[in-house]
Amino acid sequence: MHRVRIQKAAVAGGVSLAAVALVAACSSSGSGSGGASSSASASSSSGSGGSTSANVSGTLNASGSTFQTTFQQAAIQAIKQTDPNLTVNYGGGGSGKGRTDLASGVVDFAGSDSPIPAKEVAGFKGAKILYFPVVIGPIAISYNLSGVKNLKLDGPTTAKIFDGTIKTWNDPAIKALNPGATLPSTAITIARRSDSSGTTQNFSEFLVKSAPGVWKLGSSSTISWPSNSRGGTGNGGVDSIVKSTPGAIGYVDYSDAKASNLSMASVKNSSGSFVAPSASSASAAAANATVAPDLTFSAIWASGASSYPVTYQSWDLVNAATKKAAAVKAYLSYLLGDGQKLLPELNYAPLPASIDAKAKAQLSEIK
Amino acid sequence: MSTATSNQQAGPAGALGKRRPLGDRLFQILALAAGLLVLAILILIAVTTSQQASSWFSAEGLSGVFSTAWNPSTNKFGALGFVYGTAISSLIAIIIAVPLSLGIALLLTEVVPRRWSRPIVYLIDLLAVVPSVVWGLWGILVLAPWLQKIYTSIGNGVKGTPVLGSLFGPPVSGASFFTAGLILAFMITPIITSLSREVIATVPVIDREGAYALGATRWEMIRGAVWPHSQAGIVGSILLGLGRAMGETIAAALVIGSSVQITSHLFAPGDSMPAVIANEFGEASGTFRAALIGLGVLLFALTIIINIIARSVVARSTRRSRGA
Repeated sequence: MHRVRIQKAAVAGGVSLAAVALVAACSSSGSGSGGASSSASASSSSGSGGSTSANVSGTLNASGSTFQTTFQQAAIQAIKQTDPNLTVNYGGGGSGKGRTDLASGVVDFAGSDSPIPAKEVAGFKGAKILYFPVVIGPIAISYNLSGVKNLKLDGPTTAKIFDGTIKTWNDPAIKALNPGATLPSTAITIARRSDSSGTTQNFSEFLVKSAPGVWKLGSSSTISWPSNSRGGTGNGGVDSIVKSTPGAIGYVDYSDAKASNLSMASVKNSSGSFVAPSASSASAAAANATVAPDLTFSAIWASGASSYPVTYQSWDLVNAATKKAAAVKAYLSYLLGDGQKLLPELNYAPLPASIDAKAKAQLSEIK
Repeated sequence: MSTATSNQQAGPAGALGKRRPLGDRLFQILALAAGLLVLAILILIAVTTSQQASSWFSAEGLSGVFSTAWNPSTNKFGALGFVYGTAISSLIAIIIAVPLSLGIALLLTEVVPRRWSRPIVYLIDLLAVVPSVVWGLWGILVLAPWLQKIYTSIGNGVKGTPVLGSLFGPPVSGASFFTAGLILAFMITPIITSLSREVIATVPVIDREGAYALGATRWEMIRGAVWPHSQAGIVGSILLGLGRAMGETIAAALVIGSSVQITSHLFAPGDSMPAVIANEFGEASGTFRAALIGLGVLLFALTIIINIIARSVVARSTRRSRGA
């Protein structure tokens, strides 16, 4: 009898283990900051919450774009000095998660690398959502090729490299762009993200715009890459593949590429000049982008001779009728004001003055 | 779950017809509530996930869901590639882990003296507490680059050979079905080992000594006395390990290579159901999100089926061994 009981326990354990595994697999939809901090006591002693409002208190919860995470964390630390009672929790999780959380009212603002897609609009139930651009940054095309500095690439060639058409570094198409360089016959290893990402979304958007007809894999946060490509988790994962594999090429956020000292290619922009990724060339691209009245824009493939063409942007999305107006206003005005000064140090690019001014003006629409 | 129904048969003290004391009634309510809560949570998970996944099923249809095409940029969400990856990586894990685990379990119960087996048990249990993300990171940073070299030389060796060539030939990648299977095998070995060790330990001493008395060697004793007694429990523990391997998320996500394909090449990168959920949920919306949740529902259904099979296998062989 004893024996039988032990076996039953083992199987019952199996059921509960499977249940736990499922919870772990599926729970990311609504997890996180549920009702953790309902203390919305944004004591609005500062009235309309101008640009340098002190004495704001309260807790703001946010989630979304991982591209913003480094900036948000730096800003959360820095704002403690002027507003010690303002607590901001930025959860990351990805732009899609941020927008879903904002739509369901779980968070007070959401970081997103793209405007709300048409198929998600219904989820917001008619609420007025304001876009506040907060950060821009170049996506570096980094490579590992000893002896080759200042590699030059254009859209169609990059597209052919990343869809697997160009297989070796001494391909005529690459040679034509780099007449002076001695290119080895090393095989090209494509390094790409294994997780879905705004970086992939914007990089593929660049390929769609700059190589029409050549790039056929579309634009999305996940691409069906050639099966011999190598996937890494996060920018760091792609970084380490490029770093450890001679002949590898990958797309990485500039701040990560810079931090791990990777070689970065100069990319041909829509005006025909080759531009290296940097904070200033990214700001130039954003300044040349066409900004819509709701402050959405795309700096990818922007015009202008000094624009870096693979530049992307990220917004903080706020419900105009938020219950924590004072705290949200105070935090956003910090991000758009003094917070911008943190960006170059983190290897992001600050907003160009024209966009920054428009975003600051829009703060008054938060009621 | 059986707590709610089985408390009447033994007949606790207390006259019939009289109200039972408050403590008893409270206990009954508490036990019933605990049992029902588990059931309620399971049903709620099933209902909400199916609900959120419904737009996937309606958008893709049955043929779309069970197709191999997965391409979010063109709104194609076929699940078959992930089901295949989950099946293959768990199968590799089971093939590696079962002989290893049973070997260790028999070593600990039948070969090694008791005072030496204790420290070995502690060591194996320590393997079970290594977090899965640590397994995954170790797998991708240490094991995969090393395996890549081995895969490459094996791949070049068997290239062109009929069966071996299509199983182990190029293309090879450090992050692959096989690497994932290997990591999963490491992760489920402690579970299978400790459960089957406990099952084997319940074999009556009298049976073992009887077998020896009849002149059996150690192997004959294990086959004749230990195996019939512990068969059901061992099968149960293997299926438990299989369930764990199928549901393992983050370790698989890191080492499987994240490339959806159905191929016979075990050293090629693939993808599994929990891995793709973990990797792609953050940026997903609309049908994409529904499809990922739907993969969770499929995985849920698969693990339930595995558990039902496990139960019936255990029940059947328990009946048989009791009859013998």
